[in-house]
Amino acid sequence: MTDPIIQISSVHKSFGPVKALKGVSMKVHPGTVHALIGENGAGKSTLMKILSGALKADKGKIEVNGEVYTPESPLDGRKAGISMIYQELNLAPHLSIEKNVTLGMEKNSWGWVHSQGTQVEAILSELGQGELSADLLIRDLSIGKQQVVEIARALLFDAQVVVMDEPTSSLSAADTRTLFQVINRLKKKGVAVIYISHFLEEIQEIADHYTILRDGETVASGSMEDIPIEEIIFHMVGREVSELYPTSKHTLGEVILRGEDIQGAAGYPNEVDLELRKGEILGIAGLVGSGRSETVRMLFGLDKAQKGTLQLKSGSKRSIQYQNPQKAIGEGINLLSENRKEEGLALNLSLLHNLTLPVLKNYQKRGILDLKSEHQQGQMWLDELRVKAHNAHQRADSLSGGNQQKVCIARLLHADSEILILDEPTRGIDIGSKSEIYRLILRLAGNGKAIIMVSSYLPELFGICDSLSIMHKGYMSPKRPISEWTEVEVMHYATSGEQRT
Amino acid sequence: MTNKVVPAEKSHSRIVKALSGLGPLLGLIFVFVLFGVLSPSAFASFYNIKTILTQSVIVGIAALGMTFVIISEGIDLSVGSMIALGTVVIAMILNLGEPTTALIVLAALGGILACGIMGWLNGFLIAQFKIVPFIVTLGTMQIARGIAKWIAREQTISAPITPLNDLMLVDPTPAWLVFAPGIWIGLLLLGVSILLLVRTVFGRHVYAIGSNEQTARLCGVKVNKRKIQIYTLCGILTGIAALMQYANLTVGDPTAAVGLELDIIAAVVIGGASLSGGEGSATGSLIGALIMAVLRNGCNMLGVPNYVQEIIIGSIIVGAVLVDQLKHRVKK
Repeated sequence: MTDPIIQISSVHKSFGPVKALKGVSMKVHPGTVHALIGENGAGKSTLMKILSGALKADKGKIEVNGEVYTPESPLDGRKAGISMIYQELNLAPHLSIEKNVTLGMEKNSWGWVHSQGTQVEAILSELGQGELSADLLIRDLSIGKQQVVEIARALLFDAQVVVMDEPTSSLSAADTRTLFQVINRLKKKGVAVIYISHFLEEIQEIADHYTILRDGETVASGSMEDIPIEEIIFHMVGREVSELYPTSKHTLGEVILRGEDIQGAAGYPNEVDLELRKGEILGIAGLVGSGRSETVRMLFGLDKAQKGTLQLKSGSKRSIQYQNPQKAIGEGINLLSENRKEEGLALNLSLLHNLTLPVLKNYQKRGILDLKSEHQQGQMWLDELRVKAHNAHQRADSLSGGNQQKVCIARLLHADSEILILDEPTRGIDIGSKSEIYRLILRLAGNGKAIIMVSSYLPELFGICDSLSIMHKGYMSPKRPISEWTEVEVMHYATSGEQRT
Repeated sequence: MTNKVVPAEKSHSRIVKALSGLGPLLGLIFVFVLFGVLSPSAFASFYNIKTILTQSVIVGIAALGMTFVIISEGIDLSVGSMIALGTVVIAMILNLGEPTTALIVLAALGGILACGIMGWLNGFLIAQFKIVPFIVTLGTMQIARGIAKWIAREQTISAPITPLNDLMLVDPTPAWLVFAPGIWIGLLLLGVSILLLVRTVFGRHVYAIGSNEQTARLCGVKVNKRKIQIYTLCGILTGIAALMQYANLTVGDPTAAVGLELDIIAAVVIGGASLSGGEGSATGSLIGALIMAVLRNGCNMLGVPNYVQEIIIGSIIVGAVLVDQLKHRVKK
């Protein structure tokens, strides 16, 4: 085996009294994909920030190409050939691919920029994306292609190590495939890729080596071939997740919601019918952009429908165009947004104020809020969902992703909604929190709530849903009990819109 | 996992929180002590304190209204022009007939109503047509000023002497009031604003819209309706500030309060509100207004030329925002 390009030895880092890293070691070889695995808060991000030069280690040593590496800034990291690609892409949407790729490194004479279009296109075709023209604007590209542009930027300054933080969390299955092809080309070029992801199946497919962090320490590392997924999970959580998807018996009751002929702008969704029973967990699968989110957002009134009808348990059939969130919440429908940070939470407000926002009027007495009972109730829900927080007055942005998601779910429960629409409820959260959320969803169904769960992650749909529909280009497949679907059939419908018999 | 807390940590974070909330107040104490030391006899006299308080009333009351707007991640540049419009409307109504109590009350309400309507217009344009508040109020700033000049025929409008002129007297006529009636009205409005912001659904919605409008929508807040209410409320409070301005001027002046919107916005920002929304308090904004009044007054006492005052106040605005930024960085 070649010499490692990066060798991290017992790195420590504390933030005040909190020890984020307590002796992390890791070796990365050129031309390989190295998975960095761990629950949220295990120290992955801190380690990568130290590697990129954004943070300084308290103790320990990092060597790059056998030389001691002590970056003072991210610029030093870049000069040493280490390039970061964050979950939230750093691109200027109004500028072209070329301008983005060369941003900050434009070749120029006396300030006059030379075109580097051909060079940029060469890099793109090296990544297998030869059809992309350097003149295209970033905002016209899919998120998957935007990611390729970020990678191209890394290659323009001869990155030897590319760190990808949750690169596939917002990608469709097709874009993920493209990304994997790009990663394989990077490997062939001798570039080392450090790959951070919560999707263990993906890691198993793409990575050659792994390092698992738990509570700021390296707990395991080795070759990916030798380790089954159960063992990875065991190392991550330090305990066996005996039942990631617990089974629970719950009975389906009467139909509580019926939507017919729901039609959105530009055919997303297109003539969608759906039906939900009390106690049912209905999964909606499909690629990103297939109209899944639009459909459920129309049920809640956040997106405007063109036509269609909606019928709730007690009520009569009515037109869906006039649905709005106030009305929906009043009727016992509530929605968990897929964009926790952009839409789900008011990040600079307290947990409590986020939690009680939809049902504030319950605490109103003669126009004045009863802050004490609000606090009691809010605290009760935070405890109930085991949100890890100091107190209810803490700002929402001080929590980890998994705990933020629990606050969002607590909000739905506090509003006491009968119909819960969960749009990607486990996106970007660690496996421990995921498992808690699955249990919670099942318990809610057991208590007679009706749940619609939109997800891009098939194993979880198969793990907890009673029935499943799939969307493809705005159309929705008929609903079938989960036992009548296979993962292959679901992927087939999601990608082609055809049902195999 | 429980959410048991290490007591030391909790009290620590409480102290930090309390101190960061006290920032504007500490600033006020600092400038006050500073001028007290530099110019002891004249500055710290009771009469001068009463003067400073009176001088801060107009900006202070308007800043209360602006607080709602800025917390909701908006801005209102039209308030200076609204104040001018308000004084003109008051003077014109007073000229309608014998200055009976009814007419005086009508004049005061008329001025407030005129500003309220302008505020409603701002809110309507912002909410209904999704135009950014900066542009809408940049436009209505010109429109309100234009209307004021138009109905006043580009002249100041003199009006009969009425009790309205006494609202801002440093030594009020019933001596037992001690402070000018305007100060008492300002304090009352402060109480109302605090109550609205902290203890009502409306206040919560103001913060929620400013912190994240999408979240507010997701949680069923009627965002458009609330925005119209917020700008209307700002207009009404500005109208009360216009009444105080009229009391100072004793005439309706369509060219009054030019650029005053900037002082009002500055007071809110110095008081700890964030222009990116979701943060701010009524008390803070009033303290911001006081800091500026103390600075102006103190500088005048010391004979510091006007241009130096402007430089100092400008530096304080930038400094206040800088401190706020640093505070946030420390938190992260």
